[in-house]
Amino acid sequence: MIDDLDQRLLSAIQQGLPMSPRPYAELGAQIGLSESEVLARLTALKQAGLIKRLGVIVKHRQLGYRANAMVVWDIPDEQVQHIGQLISRLEFVNLCYRRPRHGATWPYNLFCMIHGKSKETVLQQLALLEQACHTQAFPKQVLFSRRCFKQRGAIYTKSEPATAHG
Amino acid sequence: MLTPLHKRLLNDYQRDFPLSPTPYRDIALELGVTEEDVIDAFVELDEQDVITRIGPVIPPNRIGVSTLAAIAVPEAELESVAQVISAYPEVNHNYEREHRFNLWFVVIAADAQHLAQVLADIEQQTGYPVMSLPLMEDYFIDLSFKLDLHDD
Repeated sequence: MIDDLDQRLLSAIQQGLPMSPRPYAELGAQIGLSESEVLARLTALKQAGLIKRLGVIVKHRQLGYRANAMVVWDIPDEQVQHIGQLISRLEFVNLCYRRPRHGATWPYNLFCMIHGKSKETVLQQLALLEQACHTQAFPKQVLFSRRCFKQRGAIYTKSEPATAHG
Repeated sequence: MLTPLHKRLLNDYQRDFPLSPTPYRDIALELGVTEEDVIDAFVELDEQDVITRIGPVIPPNRIGVSTLAAIAVPEAELESVAQVISAYPEVNHNYEREHRFNLWFVVIAADAQHLAQVLADIEQQTGYPVMSLPLMEDYFIDLSFKLDLHDD
């Protein structure tokens, strides 16, 4: 379980680690923790899996990865876990989630995200994925992204704790 | 322009950023440059808008609750509806996608009740039903992203 100070620490570090020689000391000063307490708490949060990773968060689009497809399938419930695990092993896949279907308008229950430098690359990777994971027979949709209206680190406050990818 | 140092910083420090009193000096020692070089390079990456920040990624639904939501909006209204949705502090990603459901956004909240309130509020503000697709299972472990930074 995380306590109040962990919450404040996460809230502070979500704004970005200061780019100065003693960044953890600076963070601590904002919330009344010593540098060593900050380091101990962050290490513990990471070990507990409450921090999935700590590091540079890149903007794919600015680095030439302009094509991004969300691919969704309608997979029978008894197979979805197996296929999801297969898909998540592929190097070019960023995320792979099971989500609920939403009636006839949205029968899809497996989601994955593929980033590439062009639509063509993404579609080639999708073709490889379908072959490797035997998903060709299942209904699917490919939703390429167009405009990005907002991309921001989750704002983490006590009243609104935050996560990364829904 | 990205220098070789920029590229190393982008690729090698997405995951295990040093948890030590002087992380930038540790990185500098690993890369054979000065602490000042490393800090300057990170500041440049930030100024060039190539990175969002140096910080943690928190897995979905471990602290608070979240959902992926979608809405189908007529093209002519898309921009204004997108702005209404982006204005919520609880919304952290908001993308247009090529589909009848053309706006996809992530909503995060402290608890299920607050999340439901935000979704209901968005429906009321925009006049369109929101499809909420909360995470059931995460098959993916690694959220870092391997970059191919060859110039092309």
